[in-house]
Amino acid sequence: MTLGRIMTNAGEWLRGAGPRSDVVLSSRVRLARNLAGFPFVSRSSRRQREEILERCRDQIMNGQLAENVLWVGLVECPQVDCQLLVERHLISRQHARANDLARAVAVDTNETFSIMVNEEDHLRIAVLRSGVQLAEAFEQVNRIDNIIEKKLDYAFSKRFGYLTACPTNVGTGMRVSVMLHLPALKLTGEIDKVRRAARDIHLAVRGLFGEGSEAHGDLYQISNQTTLGRSEQEILSEFEHTVVPQIIAYEQQARQALLQQRSVQLDDKIWRAWAILTQARMLGSEEVLTLLSHLRLGVNLGRIQTVDIQTINELFLLSQPAHLQKINGSAMEGAARRQGRAELIRRRLGAAD
Amino acid sequence: MALVWGARAVKKLCDKCNHPATVHEVEIVKGQKIEKHLCDDHAREEGIAVGEDYKPINELLTNFVKMHSGSAPAHDLVCDNCGMGFSEFRENSLLGCPQCYIAFEAPLSPLLERAQDNGTHHIGKVPQRCGIGERRQEQLLRMRNRLAEAVKSEDFELAARLRDDISQFEGVVE
Repeated sequence: MTLGRIMTNAGEWLRGAGPRSDVVLSSRVRLARNLAGFPFVSRSSRRQREEILERCRDQIMNGQLAENVLWVGLVECPQVDCQLLVERHLISRQHARANDLARAVAVDTNETFSIMVNEEDHLRIAVLRSGVQLAEAFEQVNRIDNIIEKKLDYAFSKRFGYLTACPTNVGTGMRVSVMLHLPALKLTGEIDKVRRAARDIHLAVRGLFGEGSEAHGDLYQISNQTTLGRSEQEILSEFEHTVVPQIIAYEQQARQALLQQRSVQLDDKIWRAWAILTQARMLGSEEVLTLLSHLRLGVNLGRIQTVDIQTINELFLLSQPAHLQKINGSAMEGAARRQGRAELIRRRLGAAD
Repeated sequence: MALVWGARAVKKLCDKCNHPATVHEVEIVKGQKIEKHLCDDHAREEGIAVGEDYKPINELLTNFVKMHSGSAPAHDLVCDNCGMGFSEFRENSLLGCPQCYIAFEAPLSPLLERAQDNGTHHIGKVPQRCGIGERRQEQLLRMRNRLAEAVKSEDFELAARLRDDISQFEGVVE
């Protein structure tokens, strides 16, 4: 069982089939946990790290968490494969950074969950679902947590809850996030308002692709900041019943406004995106994300029927550098990569000659 | 939040200087539509925060900890289990071990309260099996700490003994 197998599938979270998947690509719930009686990762000795890894591995691989669970040791993992895992949001950039300190990730082959071992905390258990499925994601992550906890004692205090290396995670150790596609809010210039409103109620807003404030492809990730003093149910419920529906409503309003007031400009953007994606011979990754975003908006608004959402969702992922190189079977740089990207996209959109 | 539609996504210059505008706001005041286009500097001047909003959480916390914890005390507070100093925590916002939460409780509590939107106590899930008690967690942590020290100083006899102690300790059901 190698990474090659997961690479060819889109992964559960990109199926594009979940509830409200026109705006919400996926939902994610992750728990941070540490084993009792060990220092946190950054202060553990090499030997302790290895021991933590072994204990977690035993419990994860013998816990029957899913039909097929893949264990990837990251010390011996080639860089391009680590990058692939980052692009699929199965591990963090930090976890992928090359070094010889014992760390790993366990993923089920449908990519509904990933468990990072020895990242910032001993365990980072995450469940990914397509569309708005926060309650379902929590149920699964909670079940996994219970199974792991059957054999492993967690660092826990009555006052502070689950103890984590960074105090921003202490308490429930739970981070809830949704990945949103907000092209209309971007086009109408309202996105900054949403960002500020979200921040005012203690939510973090980040671009899904790109570092810092960049949000290539108009894909945003919104997550809770508060983990202490509020229960898992409270946090989830606020997200599922208040935050997410509100943002969806804003995006829908913006889409309708574009349709009614600027439909020609809108169609122009959509069909230009289609034209470039099906004709260009060289494409850069940022450009592709922008074009895919416009195309996705066009499909969701019924302005273009030549492609389906799942194909577009997949292309967001497959046009990333590590995926391209895996598909190509060898390393590609600069011009060759842009050429390969254009070719892959033409092929997937049924426009290859 | 009142949203106004139709704002155009063309590159505009700042209302107050010739730099490209990065912040765009549309407000309705008494039925009048007022558009504001500002560069980062002028947006900041107007009290609209820019840029720093999007820093990673860890970096935010580090700045936050530095801002609110005053100057470093002459005698740095140190966790007696893992040896981490509070000043080191201020640098990278990561604690050394679970025991740090107790060692640093006094300076940490107000920080947590602010970072956690006034949350001070855990509400929510507790380990199903109730895990091991806090006293035992601490004992185990200290034993492991001594073991790591023994290994480091190549006292393998002591290390072997401590390892036995730990397995025995772990084997005892509360």
